Amino acid sequence: MTVTAEVLDIDTALATFDPVMGLEVHVELNTKSKMFCGCPTEFGAEPNTQTCPVCLGLPGALPVVNARAVESAIKIGLALNCEIAEWCRFARKNYFYPDMPKNFQTSQYDEPIAFNGWTEVVVDGETYRIEIERAHMEEDTGKSLHVGGATGRIHGASHSLVDYNRAGIPLIEIVTKTIEVPGDKAAAVAKAYVSMLRDLLLALDVSDVRMDQGSLRCDANVSLKPRGSSTLGTRTETKNVNSFRSVERAVTYEITRQAAILTGGGKIIQETRHWHEDTGITTAGREKSDAEDYRYFPEPDLVPVAPSREWVEQLRGTLPEQPALKRARLQKEWGFTDLEMRDVVNGGVQTLLEQTIALGVAPAAAKKWWLGELARAANEAGQDIDSLGVGPAEVAAVQQLVDAGELNDKLARQVFDGLVKGEGTPAEIVAARGLKLVSDDSALQAAVDKAIEANPDVVEKVRSGKPAAAGALIGAVMKDMRGQADAAKVRELVNAKLGI
Amino acid sequence: MTDLTRKTAVELSELMASGQTSSVEITQAHLDRIAAVDGAVHAFLHVDTEGALAQAAAVDAKRAAGDDLGPLAGVPLALKDVLAQEGVPTTAGSKILEGWKPPYDATVVSRLRAAGIVILGKTNMDEFAMGSSTENSAYGVTHNPWDLSRIPGGSGGGSSAALASYEAPLAIGTDTGGSIRQPGSVTGTVGIKPTYGGTSRYGLIALASSLDTPGPCARTTLDAALLHEVIAGYDPRDSTSINEPVPPVVEAARRGDVQGMRIGVVKELGGEGYQPGVEARFHEAVELLTKLGAEVVEVSCPNFEYALPAYYLILPSEASSNLAKFDAMRFGLRVGDDGVNDAEKVMGLTRAAGFGAEVKRRIMLGTHALSSGYYDAYYGQAQKVRTLIVQDFERAFQQVDVLVSPSTPTTAFPIGERVNDPIAMYKNDLCTIPTNLAGNAAASFPCGLADEDGLPVGFHVMAPVLRDERLYTVGAALESALAEQWGGTLMSKAPELEVSR
Repeated sequence: MTVTAEVLDIDTALATFDPVMGLEVHVELNTKSKMFCGCPTEFGAEPNTQTCPVCLGLPGALPVVNARAVESAIKIGLALNCEIAEWCRFARKNYFYPDMPKNFQTSQYDEPIAFNGWTEVVVDGETYRIEIERAHMEEDTGKSLHVGGATGRIHGASHSLVDYNRAGIPLIEIVTKTIEVPGDKAAAVAKAYVSMLRDLLLALDVSDVRMDQGSLRCDANVSLKPRGSSTLGTRTETKNVNSFRSVERAVTYEITRQAAILTGGGKIIQETRHWHEDTGITTAGREKSDAEDYRYFPEPDLVPVAPSREWVEQLRGTLPEQPALKRARLQKEWGFTDLEMRDVVNGGVQTLLEQTIALGVAPAAAKKWWLGELARAANEAGQDIDSLGVGPAEVAAVQQLVDAGELNDKLARQVFDGLVKGEGTPAEIVAARGLKLVSDDSALQAAVDKAIEANPDVVEKVRSGKPAAAGALIGAVMKDMRGQADAAKVRELVNAKLGI
Repeated sequence: MTDLTRKTAVELSELMASGQTSSVEITQAHLDRIAAVDGAVHAFLHVDTEGALAQAAAVDAKRAAGDDLGPLAGVPLALKDVLAQEGVPTTAGSKILEGWKPPYDATVVSRLRAAGIVILGKTNMDEFAMGSSTENSAYGVTHNPWDLSRIPGGSGGGSSAALASYEAPLAIGTDTGGSIRQPGSVTGTVGIKPTYGGTSRYGLIALASSLDTPGPCARTTLDAALLHEVIAGYDPRDSTSINEPVPPVVEAARRGDVQGMRIGVVKELGGEGYQPGVEARFHEAVELLTKLGAEVVEVSCPNFEYALPAYYLILPSEASSNLAKFDAMRFGLRVGDDGVNDAEKVMGLTRAAGFGAEVKRRIMLGTHALSSGYYDAYYGQAQKVRTLIVQDFERAFQQVDVLVSPSTPTTAFPIGERVNDPIAMYKNDLCTIPTNLAGNAAASFPCGLADEDGLPVGFHVMAPVLRDERLYTVGAALESALAEQWGGTLMSKAPELEVSR
């Protein structure tokens, strides 16, 4: 891998240039069958077991549109305040790639199902409006696996294997118009936008939005223009960024990289770029000209899609509430301050909190775990919080043990550590690590006796009218019990023994 | 028993019903005929002897068990090699698919199976159905049974030649610009192009998706109608399939009454460039229909003159995209896979070796016509012409029930005569192309022999969308009137093929 030009630090870059962004988000829908055939869409099946003549593009096979996918597309369009086309068509996007069975992608071109929308994101308490150009339907491609090289990339590989299970899975591509926000907010707005989309798609129940499985992927177009200028610069397109954090990092990286080139008198090449999660940089992909010729034309194998107005209105009636309104409602229900709610939103944990609270966990406790323990663990692992392997169900299970007096907070934190490390369910971790609170009175009593015997000076202080000194005895008991004791219970026993 | 291969499908069906013969016997007779004459005709690319006999035996068993069988159960059929048949080689006449056995059946094929029709084998065709002479097949030319030195028409030359040489009583073709009607015309047989969407394209290896239509081929109008009824009808696997009842084609073919029918002769399809013998037979047929009580008027379709250029932009555009899947990755031929060449190089070498000249010519044309900067001037304009032609038809069908013309401007020409003149070759489909652009129904029926060369002339009938039965009405009327004149069918005038054993 070639490491590219040096970068400028972000503040210097933004002092000279204004970034201009465009974001294209690909969403895999959670339909049971593929976009144009009846094959299942489950993730992780044995390669090439979920295929048929249609999604393999065998000679003679024909596509038929999945009505459920059209419904999802309309819902997404409506949720993004788009107009829904009365009549639209699929088009063929012709290009060669070994993992694309027909060598054209059935997509939508100048006749998307949804267009001219908008949405809002909140960053640091400020609301930013994002204009949506269109949301269109298309099919996913297969997946290439390059074998025999050191890196797993095509370069140096001896051969390639192709898995067509993913070929034909329905995708919605959501394309923004040019996003112009203050440069220091650009990367954060990009992150917030993708995060907002994720929440929205989850609420619509149209996608699993598992970024780690590639069911939500973002292409970030970034260009720079000199401050105060209105001339757009040459853009690059960083492909397939698949975490919120990476979206932010990739945008920041492109700003600093392009600024370094432009400041040095160089030119930006219009190209696609690859994002490298590990090193936090982008590298050049293929050069892309405006005139790249996909030879689009209306797909003659499919009849036009003409959703009736009744249907569209019926779907509009099923939409969940707008994220901003929902946020206000939840804040009230949960009794959070403005600042607390902002932390929740900015931390990208609102949905997780909602789901956790729905499982019976008190809002304060849910916030404590997600924003405290789990956010820290995600940060340390450099991962998104929802790919930690800990979900609302696990948090609820741990909190239940706390509520039942079987764990205290300190022990609960150890359970979360075990969950992040994949050691099993909360119950399994409690058992394996021996974390259960000791509630056996005789064991506690013995430890209390031991502590009193070992600390005659402390006992003397307490008896001479300084009850606060008893804390040292409690600490000694807790230490003796390796933290696995209920502190309140210990205090009770100590007090009783000393007759306070 | 007289020669079973000379019988129509209806006659064979009656013989089986009355127990005078069996499907196995009939199938064997046709397999024997193929063995005897196909060396000279080369109608077949693949004969499925075992499969056909097994299907025939299965039908016989069902009949013996008293099962309710369709009217064509046990009748053999020749299938154009462009339709996928599970486990049987399917090549579309191209080297790039040599030996490919589809893992699935085309909808047309599954309907044939369900009707108990016995598939004898796959018939020769111009590569990917590109051509008007069956000279573009990668597997050698097919010969016209009327004169072996001449072409059998294209692209379905194999299917029509199989009928004309008595190798099969029924055949399936596909019509993109005339590939059923044009070979039907020059071999003296019946060829029907149903309404676009009236027969399923699922499993038909696409040439031009918006034009391709599978259809029946036979030696008589009634046989064609019975086959039409078997293969037509809505197919949820083809998005462009029409969800409407199949037009009453069999009833029309049985009745054949043109009394009071309004027939329009298309002014633009005739005159200069048309062989005198073709024109003469055509006009006689029109007169005959008048005598039978039809009202004949001249109708003008002014935009038909732009049909050929529009067709030769739309067809290659769609074809260039449809043929992109032939890339050596998943099926068919693979050339140059030596562990050094990369995927694109292997694809290039495979296509260079696997595609014939005409296919390459049309891919280049289509790629250019769709490319940015040219799209509006070529593909876009052609689509506008297409709309004008649809309007021509609509206007004409307000005045008349059907339109008629010669099926082809000339009779069968000698093999090799036009191979180096693509434009002259393309002009063969002048009369048939407007129908494909508009998507309506059309047919070619034999109407006599040209005086100059004694070769068959086809009578072309065009009907509105989903009014396919009108084709059969005209065809049946013409057929019975001419049979009376000739004292037999036109096919009975065909020279005997020399049989080799």
